[in-house]
Parts: sequence; structure tokens; C-alpha cells
Amino acid sequence: MRIFQVVKPGLFTTVQDVGRCGYLRYGVPVSGAMDQFSLVAANLLVGNNPSDACLETTLIGPELEVLAETQIAITGGDCSPKINGNSVLMWGTLTVENGDVVSFGRMQSGCRTYLSVRGGIDVPIALGSRSTYVRGGFGGMNGRQLKAGDTMEGFDAKRLRIEYSMPEEQVPIFTNQIKVHVIPGPQSDMFTEKGLDTFLSSEYTVTLEADRMGYRLEGSLIEHREKADIVSDALLPGAVQVPKSGKPIVIMRDAQTTGGYSKIAVVIAPDVSLLGQAKPNDIIEFSKITLRRAHMKLAEYCKLLDALKGTLVSK
Amino acid sequence: MPFGDCALLVEFGDTIDLEINRKVISLDKAILKARIRGVEELVQTYRSLLVRYDPLKIDYEKLVFRVKDIERTMEESSVGLKGRRITIPVAYGGEYGPDLRHVAQLHGLSEEQGVKLHSGRQYRVYMIGFVAGFPYLGEVADEIATPRLETPRLKVPAGSVGIAEKQTGIYPCEAPGGWQIIGRTPLELFNPQKQPPALLAPGDIVKFEPISEDQLEALRNKSR
Repeated sequence: MRIFQVVKPGLFTTVQDVGRCGYLRYGVPVSGAMDQFSLVAANLLVGNNPSDACLETTLIGPELEVLAETQIAITGGDCSPKINGNSVLMWGTLTVENGDVVSFGRMQSGCRTYLSVRGGIDVPIALGSRSTYVRGGFGGMNGRQLKAGDTMEGFDAKRLRIEYSMPEEQVPIFTNQIKVHVIPGPQSDMFTEKGLDTFLSSEYTVTLEADRMGYRLEGSLIEHREKADIVSDALLPGAVQVPKSGKPIVIMRDAQTTGGYSKIAVVIAPDVSLLGQAKPNDIIEFSKITLRRAHMKLAEYCKLLDALKGTLVSK
Repeated sequence: MPFGDCALLVEFGDTIDLEINRKVISLDKAILKARIRGVEELVQTYRSLLVRYDPLKIDYEKLVFRVKDIERTMEESSVGLKGRRITIPVAYGGEYGPDLRHVAQLHGLSEEQGVKLHSGRQYRVYMIGFVAGFPYLGEVADEIATPRLETPRLKVPAGSVGIAEKQTGIYPCEAPGGWQIIGRTPLELFNPQKQPPALLAPGDIVKFEPISEDQLEALRNKSR
């Protein structure tokens, strides 16, 4: 079913779902929504499966003409969504008609906004996922970002009209100061005490070199004992690499799957979603957490996602 | 040791070494075979194995215990480990291998000698990484081992065969890169439509076979 005509594509808009699992061994990154929490919320708000495909926008949202009556939801970073020029609420179900125009204004908070459509966005599955991996040229809309003139398809979902909204206390607040938890290692022993201290006590600024692959950070230099490089081993989203320069690089969802820089720490999974909303000039602070505490937090996070469906309020 | 909250890393060393890499591949196979509940995927590299797991399905200590147990019992069985043998046709030099002349000159060789050295031995796939399907092969003869370009190229065409120090590798798709490009293969190294999507896997044995530019064109047209 034809659902949207792309009038303006925005800065960088792609189709993303929860990402790929099982293909890292072939050099294929996990991809998927940079902010997984907002993706899941967007899906639940239109009655989708949590893992369905949505649009992920970056800083400047697209302009879309609606081609069929359906329901949508907009979550994630606040980029002032509008329907036919009138502001609409985020984190709630919206009903749109044929000919309506969905557009976005100024980014008020965060970096990435998610737009779900009832039934999910219909693009072919590539390696177990609908997520776009631009560098590999597959997944999503022909392996690329949206461009003007594209027609987006959606799955037909003949469902009763729903009216959900997210309780205010559940809506995440995205600020310019992001605090994330890390587990030291796997190469934290390649850094001096002072280096580790610097990393955990300094504020790091996201530079302009920040995209779905990773973020280069600027801040106090982190000291190695001797070498900064290793014989390549694996990378996952959240890994913090420190090259010889002493400036950390946080690995995100489209990054290469192996790397030769020493890794001082890895950001825990729920907090990688918070990083997904970071934009240039935002401040990141890293704090240490034990594996046991991290697993407790992860269980809480998963429970929260599971419970989300139950807590959505019918309007 | 933990790699964040959802993975653990089994490190075997910090060198490029046949024995270390063999252990990585043996452990990978053994863990796959054991089908441990909660283990989501494994990533093999030169010298370590990453195990991604779901901490809500298996706890860290239990997983470490299982992996150690598997590692102990696999040592005897790793002997029979044999990779597949794959021949990769390569058109060396010229337009397809712009750095062949430099690589040869640097070592006081002719281009023909360089090609002979590169195609005259078997290579082992140590790992897949960098971009989807990119194989890291070793080891290149000392006579042609060459450092990366000082300034990486913004675009290296798909199929390019390169050298970086004692490693050789093949670009599955167009990508930026600093490897010394000595030739091009018409083979498709990665196809997301295929299962598995990558032509090569760690442990495979690769041999390069020199072909002419005409043969490259012919093979390319055939695969289309």
C-alpha cells in the first residue's frame, strides 16, 4: 500500500527497525534505530510490533505527503512536527488523511526523530532486517537515504482506529548533557591510572564528525601506558576506542565490525540509545558501573519496554 | 572478560599468529555446536572471539563457565580443522592495480616478480571485517610487504586487491581505504541476497590466480 510521497527528504532520513543479529561475523554491522527506545515507543503507539520498521530522521526532518488514510506516531528528538502546517503532539497516535502533509520544524531537543506508520513501513528484508545500511548499500529504501520523489509503501493493517499516548513521566527528556554508564575494558589495561581517571571524570564534546557510524569526541586527552593500537578485534555499538591522539571515538550502530584501536570501555546497551540522540556540541560524561548493576539496569529497561504497551493511555 | 553488558571477549593474544587464529576458529565452531541458550552471535578476529549474549537469558558467570569448559575439551578436536580452498582470479597492475609499480619498485622488483610473489603462495583468511565481506589474508611475502598509503584514497573500487604490511585483502564494495592496490578480481565477495552473504570465512585458504584484463572483463560479463 502506498503510504507517503517524499516531498523533501530532510537531512538524512532512513528506514530503520531494531537492527540485524547474526551478521557481524560477515562484517555486517547491527544497524537499526540509533534510539531503540523511541523506535519501540513509536511502533506501540500505532499498534505495531515493537520491532517494525519506521523512518529515522536526523536534525532536519522530511516533508511527506500522505497517500492513504492511516495512523502515525512521532517520537524521539523533538523536531516540531506539523500536519498541514499545524503543530501536533509527539508520543501519541495521530490520524492522517489522503493529501495531508507531514512536516518538521526546528530541532528542539535530541537529534533523531522516529515516525511510525500503522502496519510498519514495507521495504524488503535484507539479512534479517529492514534497516538501511548506507555504506553497504542494502536494506531500507534500496540501501540509501530517502530522496525527493520516493514513494514509501506500508503494510496493510486493517485495525480498529486506536488513540494512544505515552504517559508524560515515561517520555524521555533529551538534554545537551548526556550521562552514560560504561563497563571498563576490554583493553582498559592499556591505559594509565591517570588516563582512566581522565576518561571517567571529564566532559567530552561531540564533534562535527558524528554520524550513524560513530562520534569523534573532543576533550581531555586520555593517556595510554605505551601502545594505542592492537591487532584488530571486534567492535559493538557503545565501544569507546582511543587512538594514539588520546581523543575517544564512540562506536555506533553502522560502524565497521572490527577495529585496531584500544578500547577503554563499553557503554551499556540502554545508554547507547541515549547516545543515539547526541548531536554535535552535546556533552557526554562517562561513569563506571559494575556488570551486575548493568544487568539489573538492563532487566529494568526491558521490563519498561514490555510494560510500555500496558501503560499507554487511550485518549 | 566482559565487553560491555551484552558480550564477552575471549582473547588469545595480541599478535597475528596462525596458532592463535586457529584457536579462535576452533572455539567459534565448538560454541556454535554447543548451541548455548542466550548466545546470539559470535565474531572471529585475528586473535579473539566475541560472544554476544542476552543477559536476560544466561548470566555472565554461567556463560564464562560454559565457554571455559568448551575451550578445555576442544583442544584435542581442533587438529582436524580444515578450511575450504578458494581460487581468486586477479588482473594485476595497470588501471586495476595502480600501486603495483610502486610496491615492486620499493623492493627493487619488476612488476612481474611482484605478481609472482603475490600469487605464488597460499593465504589464510584470518578474519572478516572493516566493511561487509572484507577478508584479511595473511601472510604476504616479506619481499612485497608494504605499508599503507600515506594518504588513503577516498574511493577504492569493488574487487580491488590490496596489500597493507604483511596482510593482503579484497574490497567487496567501493570504500575509502589506504591499502596498496595491486589488482582487481571480478568475483563478488559479498551479496546480501545470498546465504551466507560473504564468499570467504575465517580459516579458508585462498590462492590468487593472475588473469589478463580481457579475462577479467569476460568473467565479469559472465557473472552478470
